[in-house]
Amino acid sequence: MKTPVLIAIAVVVALLAFGLYQGLVVAPTEQTMGDVQRIFYYHVPSAWTCFILFFINFVASIWYLFTRTSKSDAIAVTTAEVGVVFWSVVIITGPLWARPVWGIWWTWDARLTSTLVLGLIYVSYLILRRFSTGGQTPVLAAALAVFGFADVPFVYLSIWYFRTQHPQPVIGGGGSLHPAMWHALLYNWLAFSAFAALLCWFRYQLERKQRDVEETLALESLLEGSPR
Amino acid sequence: MTPTAAAVPQAAEPVPAVVLTGLTKQFGRFAALRNVSAEFAEGKLYVILGENGAGKSTMLRAIAGLLRPTNGKVSVFGAQYGGLDSGRWILGQLGYMAHPSLLYDEMSAMENLIYSARLYGIDDEARCSDAIRLVGLDPALNRPVGQYSQGMRQRTSLARALLHDPRLLLLDEPFSNVDVTSARGMVQLLSRMRDAGKTIFVVTHQARLLAQAADEFVWIHSGNIGSRVTTLDLELVQ
Amino acid sequence: MRAGSVKDGSMSTAPTATTAAMEMRRAPATEKAIAPAPKVLFATLMKDLRLEWRSKDAINSMVFFALLVVVVFSFSFDPTGDDARRIAGGLIWVAFLFAAVVALGQTWAREIRNQVLDAYRVSTAPANDLFLAKALGNFLFVTVLEVVMTPLFVVFYNLRVIGPAYLLPVIAVLGTWALVVNGTFFAAISLRTRSREVMLPLILFPISIPALLGMVEATKIVLTGESSAKFWIVLLAVYDLVFTTVCLTLFETVLDAE
Repeated sequence: MKTPVLIAIAVVVALLAFGLYQGLVVAPTEQTMGDVQRIFYYHVPSAWTCFILFFINFVASIWYLFTRTSKSDAIAVTTAEVGVVFWSVVIITGPLWARPVWGIWWTWDARLTSTLVLGLIYVSYLILRRFSTGGQTPVLAAALAVFGFADVPFVYLSIWYFRTQHPQPVIGGGGSLHPAMWHALLYNWLAFSAFAALLCWFRYQLERKQRDVEETLALESLLEGSPR
Repeated sequence: MTPTAAAVPQAAEPVPAVVLTGLTKQFGRFAALRNVSAEFAEGKLYVILGENGAGKSTMLRAIAGLLRPTNGKVSVFGAQYGGLDSGRWILGQLGYMAHPSLLYDEMSAMENLIYSARLYGIDDEARCSDAIRLVGLDPALNRPVGQYSQGMRQRTSLARALLHDPRLLLLDEPFSNVDVTSARGMVQLLSRMRDAGKTIFVVTHQARLLAQAADEFVWIHSGNIGSRVTTLDLELVQ
Repeated sequence: MRAGSVKDGSMSTAPTATTAAMEMRRAPATEKAIAPAPKVLFATLMKDLRLEWRSKDAINSMVFFALLVVVVFSFSFDPTGDDARRIAGGLIWVAFLFAAVVALGQTWAREIRNQVLDAYRVSTAPANDLFLAKALGNFLFVTVLEVVMTPLFVVFYNLRVIGPAYLLPVIAVLGTWALVVNGTFFAAISLRTRSREVMLPLILFPISIPALLGMVEATKIVLTGESSAKFWIVLLAVYDLVFTTVCLTLFETVLDAE
C-alpha cells in the first residue's frame, strides 16, 4: 500500500483511539444512567456521519441524473453502502443503550425510529441496485435516491409528531451537556468522520477499479471489431 | 414547428433522411455498434442485412430514439435527439415496427389503431380504417389481435406504424413468420410508399423478398457497416 | 409533407379484398400535431378501464382477495376487544395497503407483453400522460377495493364514527393517492429488475411510512374523536404534492432508461 494511504490509516486509528479515550475515560460519568451512557459517544457521531453520507448520496444521484458520469454513480453507491454501515451502528447501539437503562430493547424513541426508517430506505436502495438488470441500474437507483431523500423530512416530522402524541422514553437524554462531554462527543465525531472518509475512499477505489476493468474490456471489444 | 436546435441546411442540398456520426452503443462489455458513420438519402428503401447479433436492430432502435448511444450522434431529417423539441419532432416523422407487435392483444386491430392515433394527436377513425385496409385487412374484424395469425398481426403492426403518415419507416423483421403471400403484399405496399417519397429501412433475414424492390442493401457485420450495394448477390442470402 | 397516395390498393391475398381504389388520407397541412395533453391521458385511461372491464378477471380476483384480507385480519386481531376501535384505523389501512400492492403490481402487465411501451416511447405523446393515466387508473381501482372492504370492517369491528365523519373520505383520497402515485412509479422501476413482485413492495413500503402513519393516525383520531386530525391531513396533502411532483419530474427518465 502506498505511503499516503498508510499515513491516513494511522491518523484515523489515532483519532479513533483518542476518541475512545475521551469517551471512556475523560468524560465524566453521567448522573442518572452511569457508565452505560458512554455509548452515547458512539451512537450520536455514527448517526451524524450516517446523515452526511446519505446527503452526499442524494447530491451524487442528482449529479448523475444531470451528467450521467460514472464517477457520480460510483460516489452514490459508495456513500450509500458506508452510510448503511454507520446506520447499523446507530441501530445496534440504540437498543444496547436502552436495555440497561429502561429495561426494554426498543423504546420507539422519535429519533431512533426515524433513523430506522431512513436506513430502510437506503437498504432498499442497495437492494434495487443489486436486483436491477442491464445497464439501467444507475438511473433507477438515482431516481430512488431522490425519492428517498425527499422523504427524509416527512419521516422525521411525522414520527416526531407521533411521539409527542404518544410520549415514550427518549434516548439521548434531554438537557444540556457538560463541556467535557461535548468535547468527547465532538472528538468522536471527528474520528468517525475521518473513519467514514477512509472507508469511502477504499470503497470508491474498489468501485473505480471495477469500472475501469469493465470499461477497458468494453473498449477492447469495441476496437477489436470482432464479436466477443 | 421546425426544430430550432438542429442545423437544417438551406437551399439546394437535400437533407439526408438519416445521418449517423460515430454511433457507438455498448451494453456493458458487448459493443453492439462500433463507431458507425453513414448517410442515408431520403426516398429510398434500404434493406439492412447481417448475421444475428450484428447490430441491425440496435441501429434501428438508435434511429428510432429508443436507446441512448454510448457515443456519437443520430440525426433524422436534419434534427437531432437530445433537445426536447427536436426529439419530439423527430418522433412525429418516424414510424417504428418490430417483432413484438407493439399491440394490445386484448383489443381488435381497429381499437389498437384508434388508440395509437390518439397518441399522435390524431382523432380520425377513417384514417385508421384506411390504414388497416391498406395492409389488406378488414377494419370491421372484431377479433382481438391476440387471436390473429402472425401474418395478420405483423400487418396490423405495420398499419400502426404508418398511421400518422411518417416520412421515415423503420421496420425490424416485418416478415418474420409471415406467410409468403402476406409478405409479398407487404413488399408491394412498401414499394409504393417508397415511390411516394417515403424513406424505408427494413431489417430482415429474408432479403430475397426485397431483391427487386430495394434501392440499397446495407450489410452490417459486428456492429459496423460492411458494404452497401445496390444489387443483391442472391448466393449470399438464404 | 408528402402523403402516400395509393391506388388499386388491395392486396389480393386479403380475405376481404376490396377492389375500390384506396387512398391514405392526406396528412394535415400543418406540421404533425403534437398530441395535446389531456386527450392522451383521457384516451389512455379509457383504454385501460375498458380493457379492465372486458376481462374483469383482475378486478374479480382482487375484490375477493380484499374481502379475504378483512376476514383474516378479523380473526387475527380480536374485533371484540375494548380497543377494537383504536386499532381499526391501523388495520383498515394495512388491509388497503395489501390490496393496493397487488393491484399496483399489475399496472404495467399489459404493456410488457408485446413491448407496447416501445410504441408509447416512439410516439409523440408525453410520457407523463402515460404515468398520470396509469396512476389515475390505479387510484380508481384501489378506491373500488376500499369501498368494498370498508363496510365489512364496519360490520366486523362494530365501528362507529365519533369524530367528524366527513373527514374520512378526505383521508381516504389523500392516503390512497399517496400509495398509488409512488406505487405506479415504483412498479415502472421494478419492470427492470429481477423478482419484480418483491421489488415493488420492497421499495414502496419504506418511503410510504410517513404517509401510512398519517393515514392510520388520522383515521384513528376521527374514529375515536380524540383530538384533531388536522396535522396528519396537512401532512398527507403536502406528501401527495411533493411526491406527485417528484414522480412527474422523473418518470420520463425512468421510462427511457435502456
